Amino acid sequence: MAFLDRAARSMLLSELVSGMALTLKYFFKKKATINYPYERQALSPRFRGEHGLRRYPNGEERCIACKLCEAVCPAQAITIEAEPREDGSRRTTRYDIDMTKCIYCGLCEEACPVDAIVEGPNLEFATETREELLYNKAKLLENGDRWEPALAARLQQDAPYR
Amino acid sequence: MVEFFTTNLFGILILTVIKSLAILAPLLVAVAMMTLAERKIMAAIQLRRGPNVVGPFGLFQPFADAIKMIMKETIIPTGANRILFLMAPMLTFALAMIAWAVIPVNDGWAIADINVGILYLFAVSSLGVYGIIIAGWASNSKYPFLGALRSAAQMVSYEVSMGFVIVTVLLCVGSMNLNAIVMAQQTVWFIIPLFPMAVIFFISTLAETNRSPFDLPEGESEIVAGFFVEYSSMSFALFFLGEYANMFLMAAMTTILFLGGWLPPFGIEPFTWIPGPVWFILKICAVMFVFVWVRATFPRYRYDQLMRLGWKVFLPFSLFYLVLVAGVLLAMGWLPTPA
Repeated sequence: MAFLDRAARSMLLSELVSGMALTLKYFFKKKATINYPYERQALSPRFRGEHGLRRYPNGEERCIACKLCEAVCPAQAITIEAEPREDGSRRTTRYDIDMTKCIYCGLCEEACPVDAIVEGPNLEFATETREELLYNKAKLLENGDRWEPALAARLQQDAPYR
Repeated sequence: MVEFFTTNLFGILILTVIKSLAILAPLLVAVAMMTLAERKIMAAIQLRRGPNVVGPFGLFQPFADAIKMIMKETIIPTGANRILFLMAPMLTFALAMIAWAVIPVNDGWAIADINVGILYLFAVSSLGVYGIIIAGWASNSKYPFLGALRSAAQMVSYEVSMGFVIVTVLLCVGSMNLNAIVMAQQTVWFIIPLFPMAVIFFISTLAETNRSPFDLPEGESEIVAGFFVEYSSMSFALFFLGEYANMFLMAAMTTILFLGGWLPPFGIEPFTWIPGPVWFILKICAVMFVFVWVRATFPRYRYDQLMRLGWKVFLPFSLFYLVLVAGVLLAMGWLPTPA
């Protein structure tokens, strides 16, 4: 009987037909992909995208040049040089992130005691040249200013879990 | 005026050229659209979107692809036989085109309504293997050669059972004229009494046009692109066009042999309002859809499985069914009388 069953199955192409039926069912299903540049998926508040250096509401930069981020960075992408400013506060004179080295682990953000360096929601910062990905302090501060509303909102959303 | 086109040699020539253009221009546009349709259908089955950026719904994608192809450089490998290398794609393309000379789009609407139409089609589609084997040999490279060998063996194997399927249909019709074959299906399409043969024919056409799941000649994962590895630019595009035109040709053959050509499904009122060519095109589209559907469903055959299927399954089965049909026709006295 098993032989008959097998013969009938292969003669009637039943496996092939059921496979075709399955793909036809999928043909009418809703598409799984979104129309990316025009449609976007929701990002988690923990999403680790492009970096930015934040400021206090009064415009003072948060970074106190503690160099914890530089120390913790597993890819050694961060380079910091610091000097006391005229008013006596510690500030960075140089804060570079080599975005080609960065692995987007978020440890810099974790290490920062003043929430100065953060990874924001921006994931579209591809460039045409490699040099453009070597971020300096000015670029990072500009990023922080540009994304500040989103950055603050994300930090606030994630605060209860930290 | 009419006499000029029917009696004067020059007039006949002009008329033939016009007729050829009338069938080739839509065919080439259809081929272009088919590349898009294929990508769209496969995308839908895989829950993707497919090309949708160039023009509305990506409708201009084929033209963008064509422009890209034309702009590229035609590379001829140093070791290649230049003449044959360039001749192969032209041959493939030309053969895919000339076969359309006998395809009737409506009652008597064929460029050449010859009495051995089906034999002509069969001969031309068999010649198609030359384009591929010349391309494989002239490239003077390993993968194309392997691809060409596979393709030649495969096409020859499946042509045998395809021949038997065609003979079965011819037994039921009593004529090799494509027009007569369609007209013989006025009562019932041959797909109903000859269903197993229609299935075998369709699967053989997949193998004949090197389509998935029989796309071993161009199996991307093993031999890169098979016989057209070395081709680029327009010579590649000609292969591509030829291949898709061949698919359309095979779809047209399936339509004529089994799906009643330009005939509506029922010879009654609402169906007969739609003109024949529209039915013909709709049927071809349906067959083409199945071509793509099959491609999106099945993985590629292994080479020995392919040969086993062709020689040890299809050949005996089609032979058996041919004898069965012949016997039934003879016993019931249904043999068609020669016209």
